[in-house]
Amino acid sequence: MKAYDAIVIGAGHNGLTHAAFLSKAGLRVLVLERNDYIGGATASLELHKDWRYSNCSYVCSLFRPEIYQALDLGRHGLEVVPLQGSVTFKRDGDYFGSYHQSNVRRREIARHSKRDADASIRFDADLMKWCRLIRGFLLRTPPDPSSFKIRDVMEFAYLLKSFHSLSESQIYEFIRFFTMSIAEYLEQYFENDTILAHFSGGSIIGTGLGVYSPGTAYVLLHHAMGDVDGNVGSWGFARGGMGSVSSALASSLRAVGGEIRTNAEVESISVKRGRATGVVLASGEELSARAVISNLDAKRTFLGLLDSCDLPDDLVRRARNFKIRGSSGKVNIALDGMPDFPALPKGSPLTLGHMHFTDTLERLERAYDDWKDDRWSQDPYVDMVIPTQYDPSMSPPGKHMMSVFVQYCPVEAEGGWTDSKRDAFGAAVINQIADYSPNFKDLLLHAEIRTPRELEAEVGLTEGNIFQGELTLDQLMFNRPFPGYAQYRAPIKNMYMCSSSNHPGGGVMGAPGANSAREVLIDFGRSSTTPEDFGDD
Amino acid sequence: MMRSSSIKAGPDHVDFKEVLAPTPFQDRVDSYSLTQDWASWNGYKTAKTYDTLASEYFAIRSTCGVMDLTPMEKYRVGGPDALHFLNRLVTRDISGLQPNRVTYVVWCNDEGKVLDDGTIFSLGGGEYRLCSQHHQLDWLLISSLGFDVTIEEETHSIAALAVQGPTSYSVLSAAGIQELNGLKPFGMINARVNGIECMVSRTGFTGDLGYEIWIDPSNASAIWDAIFALKEQGLFDIRPTGLGALEMVRIEAGFILPGDDFNTAETAIRADHDRSPYELGLGWLVNLQKCYFTGKRALFAEFARPIRRKLVRLSIEGNKPPKDAFLYDRKGGGRIGTIKSCVWSPILKTNVSMADIEYDKGAPPKQIWAEIYYQKELEWRATWAQCRLSIKPFWVHQRSSATPPQKY
Repeated sequence: MKAYDAIVIGAGHNGLTHAAFLSKAGLRVLVLERNDYIGGATASLELHKDWRYSNCSYVCSLFRPEIYQALDLGRHGLEVVPLQGSVTFKRDGDYFGSYHQSNVRRREIARHSKRDADASIRFDADLMKWCRLIRGFLLRTPPDPSSFKIRDVMEFAYLLKSFHSLSESQIYEFIRFFTMSIAEYLEQYFENDTILAHFSGGSIIGTGLGVYSPGTAYVLLHHAMGDVDGNVGSWGFARGGMGSVSSALASSLRAVGGEIRTNAEVESISVKRGRATGVVLASGEELSARAVISNLDAKRTFLGLLDSCDLPDDLVRRARNFKIRGSSGKVNIALDGMPDFPALPKGSPLTLGHMHFTDTLERLERAYDDWKDDRWSQDPYVDMVIPTQYDPSMSPPGKHMMSVFVQYCPVEAEGGWTDSKRDAFGAAVINQIADYSPNFKDLLLHAEIRTPRELEAEVGLTEGNIFQGELTLDQLMFNRPFPGYAQYRAPIKNMYMCSSSNHPGGGVMGAPGANSAREVLIDFGRSSTTPEDFGDD
Repeated sequence: MMRSSSIKAGPDHVDFKEVLAPTPFQDRVDSYSLTQDWASWNGYKTAKTYDTLASEYFAIRSTCGVMDLTPMEKYRVGGPDALHFLNRLVTRDISGLQPNRVTYVVWCNDEGKVLDDGTIFSLGGGEYRLCSQHHQLDWLLISSLGFDVTIEEETHSIAALAVQGPTSYSVLSAAGIQELNGLKPFGMINARVNGIECMVSRTGFTGDLGYEIWIDPSNASAIWDAIFALKEQGLFDIRPTGLGALEMVRIEAGFILPGDDFNTAETAIRADHDRSPYELGLGWLVNLQKCYFTGKRALFAEFARPIRRKLVRLSIEGNKPPKDAFLYDRKGGGRIGTIKSCVWSPILKTNVSMADIEYDKGAPPKQIWAEIYYQKELEWRATWAQCRLSIKPFWVHQRSSATPPQKY
């Protein structure tokens, strides 16, 4: 039997990133994947002949350019094309477009509110302050604030120093920012209903919270802190779909000798005398390694792969209470042509970006109310994109692929999901789109409808939560996943966590994978292969 | 539940193909432009040059230059509390501002950091126009809470044309404006040109004799034609001038440009990257004796402390252009600042600049040196040049303030 230095459980983007950095450092690494495809929630699948769907994650911004560069992902086939603009269609037939040309964008805001056009300057500058602060922590291991180890003290000092770059009033604002609802936060800047709704959307994506729930303001930042080629806040399409991210990572990993096994579900992590020694597969096969790294979410890792007898009670309790609520669905659609949106002027570039149909904060909150009652939103908030307007590789010429992210969709639809309930959820989404696009239903060739049930069953995300744990202050930084366990080390020796349940959280970022690789390499006494933050200054 | 069935592309849509918006002078500006060299000024299509930088610069300094000023932000402030509000907004005491007078002002946030600079025109009848470099509607509405005022953005509904240079008085007089001989700097009058009603102010951004004409946008082409007709008749050399020439003359005249020479407080992201009026050399605009104004408390405290840094005027010896240069306290010494904007002054035959430098215990550095990188035939070279602080504007001419103005 081949001896491995490290076994990584789960070939999602963080598992692959993690494995690539370990392999680069000369470790013998094996990545085990339950499905017959790699990527987890970062996949491109052909579910309808000649169409490829980014069937979970669908746009790219957070992926750290430092990792991209260090793993040479461009040469391994990754290409991220910036997408342009966004639009919210209004029920009265009008729309608000956030154009990619800044002068046009400004005039469009002014069309709805002259004041908001000027306020957006203040809004952008303030958001950039918080982005700048938070971006500096993405590729760092959070300090343990209760520790007096030199490294923790130094890291904590770095954190304090970053705060020092804020003025006194900015520190107050920053703390308020982390605890406010997105509605309250935006109302400090904007007055127009549509503009408020448009900018709120990013704050509820993936969360079990509504626009008036405290903590949602931060989620806006989580979606704005990424960049495409230095344009902070921009999003891009991975050419060929999000599967190109995982295939480039896999290619980079294999180029340095790493191995990947698909159809290899891990049943449990073997623990002997408080040390992780390997894994047992569902097939019964046993594999041993000097280190075991879980890319599963914190609940699955600690409650699923391990015997709670091997774990501190405190950790088991925290894992049980870990906030990982499924709230999102996804509809992936093959289209026979480009749908019309008659509200937009001819040739409008607004279809090139994110499209939404929720034009007031009230409708967003009502959508959330349905979720609390275990119903999918009758009037859902969608984030819809048609990447085939740029990408020739995902559908035949002249045809299109549409990716519709849907908020909210419950984990248990009143008494549990059935296939017919799933289809009814899909129909609610399709009907909403058809209200704004008269030829949409005629063009529909195939739709893949995914509720939290499918996301959990196929991808392995507990409750189908896309972030592998809510992004609220109690589960961020040194509290992610749990206080005392934020440095990627499990309480069992030789075991580590590299998933999005860890700092800095969800989104196709690669940062948890890279940060945890740095910790493993420290413990192995190897020099680090993980990149330093480029730095904003 | 949804919208009416057919939505037509109507005037309500923003034209997404029109990235730069036309000003009311666009027809004329387009046809006079030989270079078709455009820039965005507050989103408007604005000429950088029409012909050559040198010819436009010397039009302003030697004859008469005409520039489309419409993109400058303009706000109409009215209502019973208009003057009271404006006096609370700005750092200068403008309570005595008389009708038909203009004054230069800056305004700050509560931390005493400058949001923008601009001019206030007292239009009479309790109405005022505030002109600014950047968008200010959000701040004006925030800071007018509790005042009985009306504030309206009127950037596009007032067309403005600058007529600047030694012969500007002669040109406008020949165009039919008779009342200019008594008009003092920062004064304004209502006049007619070829029957077109206009407001003329003796203001400008060039440090030279010059005027600005304010008209209804529908008269834009007519007023342009009335002025350039004098050139057609062979009476005066009049040239349209672009942003490039303006940059040269405004630095010579010592005028600062918010957003270029310093970060405005609203857009500053990093702490300590915003500036107070004292740090911009605009302490003369701050009146700590007047009743409460926004930023007063912070400025009062700052006034008592030695200044830490200042935006200063520096002339640089030699002829190498110190664009974007670092500044040092001696050749190869410690870094004390940077050049913010810099031009070669054809009239002074030296490089003149605005520079942000550190002060030591309230005193300027004893020496200032620039490390200059410059290119010759694609090859980079480096040199050092000593810089000299200029307390006064680099260039002022007596003609800019003489009343009545002389005919040149």
